[in-house]
Amino acid sequence: MDSNNIPDTSDGIISEIEKLKAQKETLEDRIRLLQARLDETGPNYVKRDAFVVNGSCCPSVSLGNVVIDNGLTPEMIYRYSRHLLLPNFGVEGQSKLSKSSILVVGAGGLGSPVALYLAACGAGCIGIVDSDIVEINNLHRQIIHKEAFVGQAKVKSAADACRSINSLVKLVEHNEALSPTNALEILSKYDIVVDATDNLPSRYMISDCCVLLDKPLVSGAALGLEGQLTVYHHNGGPCYRCLFPTPPPTAACQRCSDSGVLGVVPGVIGCLQALEAIKIASAIGEPLAERMLIFDALSSRIRTVKIRGKSAQCIACGENARFTKETFQCFDYEEFTQSPMSDKTRPKLNLIPESARISSHDYKEILDKGQPHILIDVRPAHHFKITALPNSMNIPLSILENKLPMIDSALKEAELASNEPASLYVVCRRGNDSQRAVQFLADKGFSSAKDIIGGLESWANNVDPKFPAY
Amino acid sequence: MQLTLEFGGGLELLCESIKIHEVDVSPKSGEDKLIMRDLLGWIKANIIKERPEMFMKGDSVRPGVLVLVNDCDWELSGNLDTTLEEKDVVVFISTLHGG
Repeated sequence: MDSNNIPDTSDGIISEIEKLKAQKETLEDRIRLLQARLDETGPNYVKRDAFVVNGSCCPSVSLGNVVIDNGLTPEMIYRYSRHLLLPNFGVEGQSKLSKSSILVVGAGGLGSPVALYLAACGAGCIGIVDSDIVEINNLHRQIIHKEAFVGQAKVKSAADACRSINSLVKLVEHNEALSPTNALEILSKYDIVVDATDNLPSRYMISDCCVLLDKPLVSGAALGLEGQLTVYHHNGGPCYRCLFPTPPPTAACQRCSDSGVLGVVPGVIGCLQALEAIKIASAIGEPLAERMLIFDALSSRIRTVKIRGKSAQCIACGENARFTKETFQCFDYEEFTQSPMSDKTRPKLNLIPESARISSHDYKEILDKGQPHILIDVRPAHHFKITALPNSMNIPLSILENKLPMIDSALKEAELASNEPASLYVVCRRGNDSQRAVQFLADKGFSSAKDIIGGLESWANNVDPKFPAY
Repeated sequence: MQLTLEFGGGLELLCESIKIHEVDVSPKSGEDKLIMRDLLGWIKANIIKERPEMFMKGDSVRPGVLVLVNDCDWELSGNLDTTLEEKDVVVFISTLHGG
């Protein structure tokens, strides 16, 4: 097989190839024979494709035909090779990660990168809890979901995406809302909990449950252009209640569906949550306990600050903690925080009497009949730019007080034009701020002011299906 | 005393959406040091432009606001009695719940 000795003629080359092929077959027969002998010989020698688990994370090296018994299959070694090459992570880290089980609560903006990265990196078991369905206005930030899954359960969509990345990972779909009645049972099955929810009562509930079950909690939040991240109840650190024993006033509880969120912001925080979960699962590095990471997207600033330790007075994890599994199951988190767990159960405001309100249908009739009136849209100016009724006048609720003369003159103008008394209607996005405005206007002498019940949302649902919803 | 005040997590909306304020605050007359209790009063009077109840409750910050003095929770430095020093950075962050 001297590569320099190439025959001159094509016949010569063909005959050389035939000769080499015969030699190759002989060699392969010999290899097969030896391999068969090897299989009979016993456990110290293993075929290339086989793998042995003995439950130990420590690699053991045997002599002869070398086999490293580290709990990782050849498939895993190949798939996670870049992890294994990290001296600080390596086989031990991957092995621990592959045996860990992690629960992701919420398959939204935060939960999307958390679940995707945990699946890709080979966490042993990933549970996903959510009761929502995928909506088209989720997709700009909830990158785990695809258009094809719109209308289907988020957990199904998320689990499908994870499975398509890594079939080695076990995925558990909890297609239900987490509540005090099912939280203990669900969380107890996992080693680590990731809070990727979007509301305050769920955050208190998940923290309390993690304290009761003694599980580390990787908690992330994002809104607008900012994000926050902490690991609670880990390495003797504080729980959520240590930091926030009293819930904030409801006016301080903004939601993404009201205040907006730049898609990549929960993405950044979710990636960092996945990282913290991986660090805890594989026991590497310094988890973000007793510290908080604060991300400001506009100024491209990330600051990590030191936060207080565990509070001795904490009712969940302190010295005289009064939370038991029984009291937890009966605790009303929505009452405690004065805030709903789901957008869908948001209570409707009923601030003003029926007589000061009008349905979107009735307003349509007034419009069709050309009855003299003015319509004030009290949403913030940047909402008004999204969409508005063509005949409406934007006076945001926050500056309404200064614009009363403007309303007065607009009414007089409408009356002059029609020689009839003009009515005053107020609209907003969902019919809450419009009631506040009508109440305020009535106080200021505009006693005929009425609000359009359900706002532009009702207009889109009941009058004009083509009107853009947001 | 030169201080840097920062507002985040939505609290900046109470001060005309300005997040960072470089300020010069003097100790109360008759006092030789400035403590957080006095600074909060000063901020309420000079920086907060609307809905002060969204910043303070009683003589402290409202629930859900984290106060950090030089990147450290004020619970670790004495809360309202924390003494401030020249060039300190005081951050007020409202906790976020969204996702």
